[in-house]
Amino acid sequence: MAVTPHADDADALPAHAVAGPDALGLRGARRWPERVDRDWAFGGSTGAGTTVCVVDSGVDATHPLVGGVERAVAVTAADDETHVDPDETGDVCGHGTACAGIIRSVAPDCAIVSVRVLGEGFVGSGPALIEGLRWAVDQGFDVINMSLSTTKERFVADLHALTDAAYFRRSLIVASAHNMPVRSYPWRFASVVSVASHDIADPLAYLRNPDPPVEFYARGVDVDVAWAGGSTLRASGNSFATPHIAGICALIRSKHPDLTPPEVKTLLGLTATNAEDAG
Amino acid sequence: MSGDTTSIAAGLLPKDDLHRALLRSIVDVARAIFRARAASVFLLDAGADELVFEAVSGEGEESLVGRRFPSSTGIAGWVLVTGQSLVLDDVTADPRFASQAAESTGYVPKAIMAVPLVSGERTLGVLEVLDRPSGERFTMEEADLLGLFAVQAAVALDLLQRSRSARAVLAGGGGETPVLTRLAAALESTEGPDRATALELLGALERLLSR
Repeated sequence: MAVTPHADDADALPAHAVAGPDALGLRGARRWPERVDRDWAFGGSTGAGTTVCVVDSGVDATHPLVGGVERAVAVTAADDETHVDPDETGDVCGHGTACAGIIRSVAPDCAIVSVRVLGEGFVGSGPALIEGLRWAVDQGFDVINMSLSTTKERFVADLHALTDAAYFRRSLIVASAHNMPVRSYPWRFASVVSVASHDIADPLAYLRNPDPPVEFYARGVDVDVAWAGGSTLRASGNSFATPHIAGICALIRSKHPDLTPPEVKTLLGLTATNAEDAG
Repeated sequence: MSGDTTSIAAGLLPKDDLHRALLRSIVDVARAIFRARAASVFLLDAGADELVFEAVSGEGEESLVGRRFPSSTGIAGWVLVTGQSLVLDDVTADPRFASQAAESTGYVPKAIMAVPLVSGERTLGVLEVLDRPSGERFTMEEADLLGLFAVQAAVALDLLQRSRSARAVLAGGGGETPVLTRLAAALESTEGPDRATALELLGALERLLSR
């Protein structure tokens, strides 16, 4: 059995597990059940015990559809330095509140954490995004919702390293795909779950795309969402499909905390609305 | 730079009024495609890190063109930073948006489609299409179409902005720029075999300089 450790954990395991699985503590690999369906995947789950992080414009914690947030921080970037501080401002757009409300509607008992990476200007937004994601990955949240992307190539290496780190630390990043013909990240990376929208009015309807890099389609058309100032409005976009999948992932992780990000992704594919025998 | 060479440079490179005409055309076409009540374009002023209301077609105040607002807050700021398109209905429900829209463009829409203006890696601004007289909602397919158009518009704007910067460099350049301007002007008015020879010589010069 060959083990290829993550570069950061190079000392954790030898390159070859010559001592066998017992000595290395590698016993207990799961066997996938013979048949999985939605009931097995998240039937009865409310998301309890999981934490979903919303990396966005901030969240209005007092909005009735959000139902409170466990923690809110803001990333500021100035003079080539970034800081993560408690967020006293809340949502500077309305979008982060919309995402939090959707996640809450799918996984009512999950905890929500807001990381605000907007509000400090466009110029510092790239470093703020990287720092916000780094903080979220360090916290080890169960699910990280990213309804945003960047086209700037200079951030690609950092983003890639962070999404890989999240993958190995069991944080599942769910990212919005771009529906414009431009190259953007991180949704293109295999270590995240990428989401675009379908127009089925069912929040639990999700489709597996056999032709990636877009991997899943979820509800993203005419969604009634929470917005800034305690308001609600009707919205469409991939950025609203993403929190639907994030919420479903919270349901799965709540019921099966041992599943790794690739296993959750596989389970999503096996239980997709367009999968045969999805149950 | 002498008056002659300045005018030659101005003739060879795009003028400011072309930039205005392009912006105007972008909002006119965007509005026409979707039979909307208005369309507007906001460009990023990277130096000031602000969004600038550059052009409007239909409803909205021409007099407010030039108005500036923050580049990473509100709906336009979100679209600019995240690069994602949005379709929103009933944005007037958000009192903050309503007052900001009234202030920045003189028009408070009910429905809005907003897409980023992206050319390659560069994000230049945000294009918005607002309301339909019929009240009919904008669809995701329309947002995709607007996104396609926005890429074409962004590439054209990007090219024009690069030409403007080049022109500014020529106009304000040091001792060697008059020579370059005269060369460019002379080349432009030369035809036939002489032009081919001149291009060959310039190619050789470029290779020499890039060694």
